[in-house]
Amino acid sequence: MTRQGNILVVLPHPDDESIIGGTIIQHIQQGAHVTYVCMTLGEMGRNMGTPLFANRVTLPRIREKELDEACRILGIHEVQKWGLHDKMVEFEDRAYWVQRIQELIRATKPKLVLTFYPGHGVHPDHDACGEMVIRAVSGLAPEERPVVQCIAVTRQGKQLLGPPDLENDVSDVVDQKIESLLQHQTQFQLMMGDYSPDKPEKKERYKIERLWTYRF
Amino acid sequence: MKRIEPAAIQQLLDQLKGEEVYIHLEMTTGAYAAHRGEANLAATAFISNAIVTYSQGSIAGEGPYRVGLKTEKGWVFAQGLTHWEDAEHDKLIAAGHDGDGKLVVALQISREPF
Ligand SMILES: [Zn+2]
Repeated sequence: MTRQGNILVVLPHPDDESIIGGTIIQHIQQGAHVTYVCMTLGEMGRNMGTPLFANRVTLPRIREKELDEACRILGIHEVQKWGLHDKMVEFEDRAYWVQRIQELIRATKPKLVLTFYPGHGVHPDHDACGEMVIRAVSGLAPEERPVVQCIAVTRQGKQLLGPPDLENDVSDVVDQKIESLLQHQTQFQLMMGDYSPDKPEKKERYKIERLWTYRF
Repeated sequence: MKRIEPAAIQQLLDQLKGEEVYIHLEMTTGAYAAHRGEANLAATAFISNAIVTYSQGSIAGEGPYRVGLKTEKGWVFAQGLTHWEDAEHDKLIAAGHDGDGKLVVALQISREPF
């Protein structure tokens, strides 16, 4: 696939984008215009920074700033924060949000949409987000449909879905990806474990990104 | 208490939506947190007979189940629900019990205070 034109990324939480940060950077480097819909602000997260620097009231603002910084480093052109409540995506009025996604696809005409694979997101918000995107794209005429590539994080993903359609080597941009990921400071420990740049073996796992193409 | 039947819970949630109802929502870790190897912090929270009106309510999951209710300005949410009281026909009494049968989470909705 040529890496130009518009790309729409639809994910529920700030920091979800870092899973495919390298792929996003590569697309942008090759001329793609990326719009990222981040459905929630991750405001129900349990990580409050170490040492603790956030609380339940301040967390949404802090995570929003982290998101902005992370996206700036990735080079994402437009971030839309849709303001759904963290952890509640599956209980939302699906029809309404499916329509919003459809409207955005019709307006921006992306050739590629990136989201979670329904049923393989582990977190209910991931699954609900992926389901809404798939429903939105299914509702379009076949000739209007962008390619949808999905993140699968379940352990049995590979067995159930087969090998990923895209095993993307992002070694060339891995430092930029990690720099972006590190902006999510409240989530730092969770995501990076004991990562430090001088441990090359830790870096390896950030070099390959796997995506499955959804077949309609 | 019986194992949750999602369709029956959904029916009750639909029946009770759109009007003022009393909610009991409770969560307690008890020994559960320690059992799971998390930091051994015993924590409990409950709110009893809170008056809310929700416009949408649904049950999700494959068991244990989650219930989310959308209120005018926010949400009511419970995760980990395993059992319900099937003898009640106009109120929801649901709870989540751990492997030892101890209550960890409770969600109750009724037109009358509990
Ligand atoms: Zn997430």
